[in-house]
Amino acid sequence: MRLPCPICGARDVREFYYQGAAEMLRRPAEDAGEAAWDNYLHLRDNPAGDLEELWSHDAGCGAWLVVTRHTGSHDVKGAVLALEVKR
Amino acid sequence: MTELIAQTPLYGAVPRTIGQTTMTEVDLGWLTSISPYAGRVPAAGAALKAAHGMAWPSAGRMTGKDGARAIWFGRDMVLLAGPEPSHDLAEHAALTDQTDAWTTVQLSGDGAEDVLARLVPVDLAAANFKRGHTARTQVQHMNGSVTRLGADSFLIMVFRSMAGTMLHDMERAMASVAARG
Repeated sequence: MRLPCPICGARDVREFYYQGAAEMLRRPAEDAGEAAWDNYLHLRDNPAGDLEELWSHDAGCGAWLVVTRHTGSHDVKGAVLALEVKR
Repeated sequence: MTELIAQTPLYGAVPRTIGQTTMTEVDLGWLTSISPYAGRVPAAGAALKAAHGMAWPSAGRMTGKDGARAIWFGRDMVLLAGPEPSHDLAEHAALTDQTDAWTTVQLSGDGAEDVLARLVPVDLAAANFKRGHTARTQVQHMNGSVTRLGADSFLIMVFRSMAGTMLHDMERAMASVAARG
């Protein structure tokens, strides 16, 4: 599997560290309540299809990426810098 | 007082030639990572140009010349290799002295590209990876930096603590390429 790093280009998956669903970027407000925080910390959709995921290009440029990957076929649809998604 | 002699990470172990390829150790001089503060890449780039004469390298590129180089080293990070860093840079970027933190070697000779093909998961063929191109990637299992210096020579950096591992991996790859004739 190769991931298209927006900075480095397509690179082998061994250069990356996997963090999980990109849900971690959607941090609720401090006063959002228990349900929202429970959902943010613990509950994931686990779809059989496209999933937005966080990958760190550890052995490359060091950037965090949001990668869209099909969980069934491993087809990678694209990647953007997490920095750009958040702001 | 005892005379203390500074030793490089691979002191006494290189140069090493196997087949058509030679590995030598390189002393790049001062090594300083330059990490601009948020939104300050242009300002840090201008300060680098004014103080040290080379342009801020874009991703995957090296600027400057022998003795004073700027090597792209990650997202919004550049490694200044050679001169003592100007204090003007500190206004726009975090500077970290890395002088003793890296093992730096030059791999030269006909087989250099073939040797690296066994160690680095990036296409380093001259058609894609030209002189002055650089990559942060892996060297066997170590995170490192690979830069093309010429038609058959590369600059390779790994953490200083990994000097022995790099020597071992490199010798294995060089011997393996040489054995194929």
